[in-house]
Amino acid sequence: MTDQTSNTGAVRPATSAAPKAKSAGFLGLTGKDASLVVLVAVLTLLAPFILNPFPEGSAMAQFNAGYPDLMQRFVIFGIFAIGFNILFGLTGYLSFGHAAFLGVGSYAGIWSMKLLTLNVIPSIIVSVAVAGLFSLLVGWISLRRSGIYFSILTLAFAMMSFALAYSVLTPITGGETGLQLKYFDPRILDGALAQGETPRANLFGLEMGASYEMQVGAWLFTFNAGYYIAAIAMLVAFYLSIRIFRSPFGMMLRAVKSNQNRLNYTGISPKPYTLAAFVISGMYAGLAGGLLVAMDTQVGAERMFWTASGEVVLMTILGGAGTLIGPVLGAGFIKYMENIVSTINKTTLEGWFAFAPDWLTDVLVTIVYPFVGKGWHLTLGILFMAVVIFLPGGLVQGGQKLASMFRRKKGDDAAASQSQPGE
Amino acid sequence: MTKSNFTRRGVLKTGAVAGAGLATPTIFTSRVWADGHSGFTNAPTGDTVTLGFNVPQSGPYADEGADELRAFELAVEHLNGEGDGGMLSTFSSKALEGTGILGKKVQFVTGDTQTKSDAARASARSMIEKDGAVMVSGGSSSGVAVAVQALCQEAGIIFMAGLTHSNDTTGKDRKANGFRHFFNSYMSGAALAPILAAQYGNDRKAYHLTADYNWGYTTEEAVRSSTEAMGWTTVNSVKTPLTQTDFSSYIAPVLQSEADVLVLNHYGGNMVNSLTNAVQFGLRAREVAGKQFEIVVPLYSELMARGAGENIAGILGSQNWDWKLENQLGARYSGTNAFVQSFGTKYGFPPSQAAHTCYVQTLLYADAVTRAGSFNPCAVDEALADFEFDGLGNGPTLYRAADHQCFKDVVVVRGKENPENEFDLVEIVEVTPADQVTYAPDHPQFAGGSLGECNPGA
Repeated sequence: MTDQTSNTGAVRPATSAAPKAKSAGFLGLTGKDASLVVLVAVLTLLAPFILNPFPEGSAMAQFNAGYPDLMQRFVIFGIFAIGFNILFGLTGYLSFGHAAFLGVGSYAGIWSMKLLTLNVIPSIIVSVAVAGLFSLLVGWISLRRSGIYFSILTLAFAMMSFALAYSVLTPITGGETGLQLKYFDPRILDGALAQGETPRANLFGLEMGASYEMQVGAWLFTFNAGYYIAAIAMLVAFYLSIRIFRSPFGMMLRAVKSNQNRLNYTGISPKPYTLAAFVISGMYAGLAGGLLVAMDTQVGAERMFWTASGEVVLMTILGGAGTLIGPVLGAGFIKYMENIVSTINKTTLEGWFAFAPDWLTDVLVTIVYPFVGKGWHLTLGILFMAVVIFLPGGLVQGGQKLASMFRRKKGDDAAASQSQPGE
Repeated sequence: MTKSNFTRRGVLKTGAVAGAGLATPTIFTSRVWADGHSGFTNAPTGDTVTLGFNVPQSGPYADEGADELRAFELAVEHLNGEGDGGMLSTFSSKALEGTGILGKKVQFVTGDTQTKSDAARASARSMIEKDGAVMVSGGSSSGVAVAVQALCQEAGIIFMAGLTHSNDTTGKDRKANGFRHFFNSYMSGAALAPILAAQYGNDRKAYHLTADYNWGYTTEEAVRSSTEAMGWTTVNSVKTPLTQTDFSSYIAPVLQSEADVLVLNHYGGNMVNSLTNAVQFGLRAREVAGKQFEIVVPLYSELMARGAGENIAGILGSQNWDWKLENQLGARYSGTNAFVQSFGTKYGFPPSQAAHTCYVQTLLYADAVTRAGSFNPCAVDEALADFEFDGLGNGPTLYRAADHQCFKDVVVVRGKENPENEFDLVEIVEVTPADQVTYAPDHPQFAGGSLGECNPGA
């Protein structure tokens, strides 16, 4: 715990810039935050262009990430990590079982689609509500302890949920084979589907899978309805997280992180604050779970496995715990590695290095191959270590370092004095 | 990420694309394509077709995934007319000529399922949406197979299941766009029962240890109902957690019971550990009321046998296929040697049953497309419906239209007492003919599902 505390401390000054006048600015945000929200909004809405920089069919098209599934995953796991960061980044409580809330949200969401309607709005509301209730229960018990004991308790709850979903609760969760929508599900608010018709999640008739494709020269850009719905959810989640960070409540959470004893001595019980943060964070996870189901209508128990909980911790630390944008960056980074780097196989590599003489191709393929395809975990591990060692503040700190280098190059003395405090 | 755009492959590919038609994801949008091959998801244009091979490259079944990938690469080679042609020469359907599929060169993309249904679906969706795959195959667990099969049904492409043994894949979760060549729990039970009765007698008392998840349940149910029909009784059945690594506490009660047969409904690491524990507890040397104690493992796998080492000696189980079939049981299983020959030449060791089923599935898909004259999933569906074929290593086989399950002989094997090398760990005891393992499509163990309509997407 102490490690994380000191690490995140390094970047805190950047994010906890004192809120000046609350009423001022855009949607109650101060200038810097407002421009961050606008920047994220623009990037998110233009993602189909930004993520598809290479023309179709070119050798570099392998690195294009602008297809619906991955774009949806970027924003959904972004929400998950933003929520986790409200707990971990602000209070310093390291939950190692956050995937359980995502999973519970997903199961709740799919049951809403099975029993009520295929519309995603009720399903997402049910997901958030059920995940919130479950996190209230888990938080109420786990928050009796702090530090490593808290982490172990949450991990235990998550693994318990996984084991229940995988076997004991098979009638409710579908066990190993998971839950899917069937045309003969009751769905009391919708009309019955015709025999054999595939049920598809929709928003008042707009199917999540519906896409508009735009061809510009050799480039193909896909605008997917599901992605934009998830993206709007992420922008709202991001905005709320900024408001929480800047609120008095956020200050209390930081106080819990910096010294809980001092808080106790001043006569303030930290428990209501930490529990509220835990539940908010669980509801974010539930929102992510509900969106996952809305975009891809199935749930498997592996979603709650401890590695999934570990992944969100990685995302947050990789991006920069306690920063606003860090978790989103970390989520995008890890999902990109998982979905793009893992698909590079030997044949692809041989294609890239085909320009070289045969022996050199073989050498290059032999060197690179262990790091791509099934070796993507290895690459991710190395990058994660590099980030933790050289950029303890995560990718955000990397960005700040680059920015300050850039400013110094301009030769401004004023800029030098503005540079971020060192580690 | 400093690769130049001007690689040879890039130039070739750009040439081949001719207007960026190749691999254009057309999911859920309709477009008019040339030569009448249109109106379905990812209709291949240009002179190539992309298949997606989605196998576990990390996680507990990574070894099997690696072997599946080898088989896929071999199948693609043979379809494109490279290598020695493998089973193309023994396959009863002669539609394939080694010129790709419908004259289009076969390309493939790979992905990692991680043996998680979420990751498998993400990987399959990337193949469909980004790479324009028209068929997805592979996988080494039923959870993944069921999840990816449903995805392919929604997206409107064909799913050729890899290794998946649970009844559900072609039972309650069957889909019109999904096809399974591998056998299932019911067939294991039905194939094992008569041989168990012949080997161990009709009045045995069985004790089941069952992995606590869907596949475990269906396998236990299948073995139990088949053996009870032969006169066996079931003393007890205990569910073991999936993550269990030490089974001592589950084996000890077996010693206290009156059981004289232990059935291990376990797979993967579970099976390796439970079997090792059972042998360490001296169950193999035990006698109960004058009868030798026996252990049965319903689903055998070469890779697991390797993990369990000498503990598998004398243990009965069932397999979908074995690389020694044709040598030992003659020409009925033709194709086996041709496949083992080309696989062995390329990789230096014999293929596993996972590799075999993936290779065969790829060939069957290519053949169905060729006979149908179209990549349209509905055309493939029609071509594979009640398709009878031979020469792919399992003897005469039927792809049943009612549930898209293959019906063929099931191999019953026993762990060798003195294996000569690490690839020759099991001996074939007997082969149970296909009609003994055939069941009605609405059999209670498979009820509750519906194929639905074939979905061409687009």
